Amino acid sequence: MPGLKLSVLIEYYPILLEGLLWTCILCAASIALSLVGGVPLALAGISRNRLVRWPCGFFVWLFRGTPLLLQLFLIYFGLPQIGIYLSPMVSGILGLGIHYAVYNSDVMRAGIVAVERGQHEASRSLGLSRAQSMRKVILPQALSSVTPALGNNLIALLKESALVSIITVPELTLSAQRAISETFRPFEFYFAAGAIYYGINYFLELGLKRVEMKTALSR
Amino acid sequence: MVKVINVYKRFGDNEVLKGINLEVLRGKILVIIGPSGSGKSTLLRAINHLETLDDGEIWIEKVQVNRPLKGRKFEKHINRIRQDMGMVFQHFNLFPHMTVMENITMAPMLLKKTARSEAEASARQLLAKVDLADKVNFYPAQLSGGQKQRVAIARALAMEPKVMLFDEVTSALDPELIGEVNKVMKKLAEEHMTMLIVTHEMRFAAEVADNVIFMADGVIVEEGPPRRLLHNPTQERTQRFLAEVFK
Amino acid sequence: MDYDLMARVFVYFAKAAWVTVQVSLLSVCLGLGLGLAAALCKLSPNRWLQIPARIYVSVFRGTPCLIQLFVIYFGGPQIGLQLEPFAAGVLGLGINIGAYMTESIRGAILAVDRGQTEASRSLGLSKGQTIRRVILPQAACLMIRPLGVNTIALIKGSSLVSAISVLELTYTAYRYISSTYRPFEMFMLSAMFYLLIITVASFLIQKLDQRFVLQQ
Repeated sequence: MPGLKLSVLIEYYPILLEGLLWTCILCAASIALSLVGGVPLALAGISRNRLVRWPCGFFVWLFRGTPLLLQLFLIYFGLPQIGIYLSPMVSGILGLGIHYAVYNSDVMRAGIVAVERGQHEASRSLGLSRAQSMRKVILPQALSSVTPALGNNLIALLKESALVSIITVPELTLSAQRAISETFRPFEFYFAAGAIYYGINYFLELGLKRVEMKTALSR
Repeated sequence: MVKVINVYKRFGDNEVLKGINLEVLRGKILVIIGPSGSGKSTLLRAINHLETLDDGEIWIEKVQVNRPLKGRKFEKHINRIRQDMGMVFQHFNLFPHMTVMENITMAPMLLKKTARSEAEASARQLLAKVDLADKVNFYPAQLSGGQKQRVAIARALAMEPKVMLFDEVTSALDPELIGEVNKVMKKLAEEHMTMLIVTHEMRFAAEVADNVIFMADGVIVEEGPPRRLLHNPTQERTQRFLAEVFK
Repeated sequence: MDYDLMARVFVYFAKAAWVTVQVSLLSVCLGLGLGLAAALCKLSPNRWLQIPARIYVSVFRGTPCLIQLFVIYFGGPQIGLQLEPFAAGVLGLGINIGAYMTESIRGAILAVDRGQTEASRSLGLSKGQTIRRVILPQAACLMIRPLGVNTIALIKGSSLVSAISVLELTYTAYRYISSTYRPFEMFMLSAMFYLLIITVASFLIQKLDQRFVLQQ
């Protein structure tokens, strides 16, 4: 039974750092996609047009009811079958982005619905159209009220990004596995990777707290 | 100016408006009083289509508000006609994420394509009119109830409406703040703005109204000039209501 | 869409679904136990109990579940822990979800009106008795929904144990995608079972929630 040899971390930390860089890129892109994608999905879910609402509802139900890993498999293995060839990194971004767009849309939809009815009435009674009223009055309030919940989703995204290592994206977890394949010391490297994730998580939470304070409506 | 013709409205099994007919001429002020549940707020809200009607017509000058159009066409129509009507709500409904100035200038800039400088100048004039010139860059959360309601009135006036609708605008205010709002409404009355006011305040009604309507259980029970209706009501229902109110 | 193929492998997915259910159930039990213990520790005035609990929650909510599973299964032998995939999976998932459940339980306990504690203490009950007899029964009602959310998350999270070779739904999907090159069909089969399991679980949680509310 081997025991622990922490010196391997000092030798191999460049590999982990490289993985960390890719994780940051991966997460930044996925977060952006999930936020941008969440808005139309949220609006589609409360559309008065059944042809828009039902497919949206089905899509949300499907992607909320199945694991991210399964969805990643669908994208990574399924798209080539219909002629779309994406790199693991792009597949990973797409998978994470779509999955969390769905979760974000739920949060945003709740925020939109929670905006007092009177706001809607006031803007409509001034003559604003439904779309203008949504854009200028409802959405700004909805989005700032759900910032904390969205923040939680982003933190969850960061942690679930480890899954894309399974579809061979060269991020932090896969880098740890590369180091392990050379040193046969899984405990040290997975532990180190965990510590690095913990660190990024910590900074992300700090950043989100600052954003929350800035966008709070109670001035 | 405003014509309500044979209007019916039900919420589920509950018939809230049972054949309402009324008319308000230009520059005149109509006050609607009545017990809770009489349908007076519903009627007011139906005039700018915040409530749909089951039957009947609503006309503003020569345009029918509840035209039988569908979809996009109706949307365009209703958005346009709402610009001619200003509404002030019981709970103010100011936009909390915008300053007072932004609350007032948003609609004119967006819908009438007014230039910012022009919109802001008009806004300042309106704020001066409602005695809030110094609150230009404040947020609604920083204002008292009475101040918020005055901003709400200024916001509605910024669109230069033909008629103003007031839905129990002082009901949510602390008593000492009611006066400042009433003062503004009196000013508007003196400028001959056409106004429909739903209120519980009888004294105010007596002062500003050209005509008073008493509603109960979805029908107009009695109608007439304030002096007559409030002091010598002919209908028993009206008498009962006023007796309770003036106790 | 190759329905024939789906029909042929259906039974394997059904068996795998049962494994998913087992893993989830056992992990939930472990998580509940850990969550309750840690919640009480976090609420305790005793620093020796509070600090480890806080560290537990912070570490296991702040790192990826996948990494936790890998540390236990692959790294375990280095510190004397040799576990079968299934056991490692249950342990890893249980410890992970326990950290989230700690917060759900703690939140519910804190939400019980302060007056309850005051009344109970003024009758002479000790802190422990107060918690056991007065607070927890009331908190139980409030925790069902957040714990329900945790449970659904766990069911989906159980897909991670496929990475340590537990023969559950996602592993089976991966296996058959590799051998049949029909990802859409395999996705549909797994999705179907996951949706079924989650729908049933949600239904049961809702029923539980309703029952407790009525008792109040």
